[in-house]
Amino acid sequence: MSVEAMPVENLFTESQLNVKNKKIQSLYRVLFLLMTLLLILPVLIILGTLIVKGGSMISIDFLFTDPVNGMTEGGVFPALLGTVFLVSLALLISVPLGIAAAIYLSEYASENWFTRAINLAIINLAGVPSIVHALFGVGAFVMFFGFGTSILAASLTLAIMTLPVVIVSTRESLQAVPHAFREACWNMGATRWQTIRRVVLPNAVSGILTGVILEVSRTTGETAPIMFTGAVFFLPFLPQGVFDQTMALSLHLFVVTTQVPNVPEQLPYAVALVLIGMVLLMNSISIAFRMYLRSKKKW
Amino acid sequence: MNTATAEQINENSSHYAIQAKKLNLWYGSFQALFDIDLDIKSGIITSLIGPSGCGKSTFLRSINRINERLGYVRIEGGINVHNQNIYADDVELIQVRKQIGMVFQRPNPLPTTIKENVLFGHKLHMKDKSYSSADHDEIVEDSLRQVLLWDKVKDKLNHKAISLSLEEQQKLCIARLLPVKPNVLLMDEPCSALDPKGTAAVEELIWELRGEYTILMVTHNMAQARRASDECIFMLMGKVVEHQKTGDLFVVPNCKETADYIEGRYG
Repeated sequence: MSVEAMPVENLFTESQLNVKNKKIQSLYRVLFLLMTLLLILPVLIILGTLIVKGGSMISIDFLFTDPVNGMTEGGVFPALLGTVFLVSLALLISVPLGIAAAIYLSEYASENWFTRAINLAIINLAGVPSIVHALFGVGAFVMFFGFGTSILAASLTLAIMTLPVVIVSTRESLQAVPHAFREACWNMGATRWQTIRRVVLPNAVSGILTGVILEVSRTTGETAPIMFTGAVFFLPFLPQGVFDQTMALSLHLFVVTTQVPNVPEQLPYAVALVLIGMVLLMNSISIAFRMYLRSKKKW
Repeated sequence: MNTATAEQINENSSHYAIQAKKLNLWYGSFQALFDIDLDIKSGIITSLIGPSGCGKSTFLRSINRINERLGYVRIEGGINVHNQNIYADDVELIQVRKQIGMVFQRPNPLPTTIKENVLFGHKLHMKDKSYSSADHDEIVEDSLRQVLLWDKVKDKLNHKAISLSLEEQQKLCIARLLPVKPNVLLMDEPCSALDPKGTAAVEELIWELRGEYTILMVTHNMAQARRASDECIFMLMGKVVEHQKTGDLFVVPNCKETADYIEGRYG
C-alpha cells in the first residue's frame, strides 16, 4: 500500500471497533456500579428497619435501666455492661499476646518449617467456627481450668477467637514499615529490640490499633462463644467479679427475640439497634483514629 | 586536590586503619572476593572503583560485617581494623557497627525528626541518664556543624527528616554516625542518588571529614574518585588490580586493565 492510498483524514476518527469496545466498557462500568450498590443495600435496609421499628424505644433510660417484667419492659443496662466487660477483658488478654506473637513472627523468626507450621496454625485458628470455639471454651476454661461459667471463661474464649486476627493484622502493620528503617538501625549497632521499640513499633502503631479496634466491633456481636461459657439469659443483679456470670447484649437479643413470650414488637429491634450502634461507634472511632495517626506519619 | 596535605596525613598516621588479609568471600557457591590483600591508611579518603559486579560493595560491606546478615555468606581470611581482627570470635558485632559507620546509596533517614536522627546512635550506645538535654543539644549542633548542615536546619530541628532534600538527608545520615565517634566511615556510592549540586556538596563534606575519620568510598563515578580521594583501589572480577595514590592511578596506571577501565574501554 502506498502512502497516497492511505485516507489521511480517517487517521484519528472513530472506527467501528472503537465504538463496540467503548460500549462494552460502559456496560461493565454500570454493571460494577450496580453490584456495589447492591452491596450497601442490605446495610441501609437493616439500619432503616431497626431505626423505624425500634428507634422509638431508644432513650437514655433504655440504656441505663434493668429489664423488668420478665424482660418484656425496662432497659438493657446489665447486658450492655456485660458486653463491655466481656469485650474489654477478652482484648486485654488477646491484644498483648497477639502483638507479642506478631512481633516474634515478623521481626525475629526465620523462615523455616517451624514458623510455617505456626502460620498454618494461625490461619486455621481464624477459620474455626465460633460454635467450635464455644465448645473448646467449655472444655478448657469452664471445666478443665475450673473457672465455671464466668466472665473469665467467656472472655478467654473470645480472646482465643480474636487472637489470630490480632496476630495477622499486627504482623501486616509491622511488615508495612519499610525494611530500610530496620537496616539503618542495625547498621548503627542497634539490637533487634532497640530497632523494634524505637522505630518499628512507633511506625506500626496506627495499623495495629486499627486492627484491634475492628476486633472490638466483631467481638461485641459474638453470641455462640459466650452462651455456654459465661453469658446467661437473665440475672437479677450485676456481676461482682470475673468469676460471676453476666448478661450480654448479643445473647439478650437472641433471648428477647426467641425465648421470652409477650415481648413488645419494638424491643428486639431496639436491642439490635443498641448493639449495632455500639459496633458502628467503635468502627467510626477506629477510622477517625487511623486518619489522625496517618496524618502525622510521613515517609 | 591538595596532595601535599594528603602526604602529611599519611606520614603522621603510623598505622593502617583497615587491613584485609587474604580475604575470600562466597555467596553460596559463588565466589565474590579472591584473596583480597589491602592496607588502607588511616585518616585519608580511599576510593574503590571498578565495573559493576567487581566486588567493591561486597568488600565494603564485609568491613562492618553486614554481609553476613544474608545468611549464605562464607568468609575466609580476615579484616583488621586498627589492628584488631573484626572476624575474631570475641568480637562484639554491636561494637563493630558502632566503630565503623556506613552511608548508603539512598539516604535512609529514620522516620522521625532531624534532631532525633542525629541522636539516635548516641542514644543507642550511651547511657541515656548521664546526658542532659543541653548535652544533647550540643551533640546535635556539633554533628550538624561537622556535616555543614547546621545553618540550614538549626531552626527546624524538630521537623521530619524526610522533609529535607536528598542532599541534606544524606548529610544527615552522615551526621548521625558522628556522635558515637566512629573510627571508620564506609560510603557505598554516597552521591549516586544526588544531582550534581548535591554531589558537590556531599563531596565537600567528605573532604571536611578527612583527617578525623578514615573514609572508604565505593563509587561508580571515576571523576568523583579522581577529585575526591587520596588513594584509589581498582577492583575487577573480585580481585584487587591496583592500589595507588589517586593522582598516580589515573595518570600512570600500572596495569593494562586499569588503564583500559579509566579510559572507558569497558565497564
